[in-house]
Amino acid sequence: MPTQNMLGREIHVDDEGFLTEPDEWDEALGAELAKQIDIEMTDRHWEVVRFLRADFSERGETATTRRVDSVGGFSVKEQFALFPKKPAKKMAYVAGLPKPHGCV
Amino acid sequence: MATAKPLVPKFDDETTDRKLAIICSKGNLDMAYPGLVLGNAALGEGVEVHLFFTFWGFDMIHKKRQKKMKFSPVGNFAMHMPVVGTRIPQWMAWWPGMQPFSTWYLRRSVRKLGVPTVPDFLDQISASGGHLWGCKMSADMGGLTMDDLRDDVEGIITATDFIEMTAGAQVLFV
Repeated sequence: MPTQNMLGREIHVDDEGFLTEPDEWDEALGAELAKQIDIEMTDRHWEVVRFLRADFSERGETATTRRVDSVGGFSVKEQFALFPKKPAKKMAYVAGLPKPHGCV
Repeated sequence: MATAKPLVPKFDDETTDRKLAIICSKGNLDMAYPGLVLGNAALGEGVEVHLFFTFWGFDMIHKKRQKKMKFSPVGNFAMHMPVVGTRIPQWMAWWPGMQPFSTWYLRRSVRKLGVPTVPDFLDQISASGGHLWGCKMSADMGGLTMDDLRDDVEGIITATDFIEMTAGAQVLFV
């Protein structure tokens, strides 16, 4: 597994650049990751990311867009607006979590 | 070893003009799902998705019928029972109560996985930017108009329209 330097610290990532150690994440790093994929974080973006983090720590897997909608309360439409084109992957990336594995 | 340049997933590089058209031709509850699951997954990958509902699949976009889709073990040799290693024999498949039971069981299994019902799934697909189309011949056969269909269905189109619309697209027939 490669590591890379971000904000002056070493973080573990997979071959694509997703964090592999969710504990290495904090919001400063989240902001840096968002910058890498040209997403300007608003309060609403942070609410989604915080939901993902909380849900992951509870269940040990990344929420899909369906779950972010039905459990988190962020409509799918809004997710596409906040994280265009590929919301599930982009949300996971910014939240420092693995890509979601659920089909729906 | 730290890499010099941060490794960032190529989210937007992969966003090509890939286009997917899915023909949904089945009206049984179990066969509604493959097209919905794949269409939804493609939308999540930034692919342009068109769903075309034809023949029995027309029920999927019919305002009332989409809520009442059924599943039956008749003619389905892969219908396994909750008990490991058993399947429903065909002589039992047509028994009274079998179809409501199987439908209930399928709905429950799907719900347990957090997968939406057919109407909710179509809501999600349409909110994700997916396009829904009805087939003209099916509408004419059933005497149906746009009023009978979900509000997010964009139109009732002919086979020729569909062929034109899907130029360059990958097509899946379900």
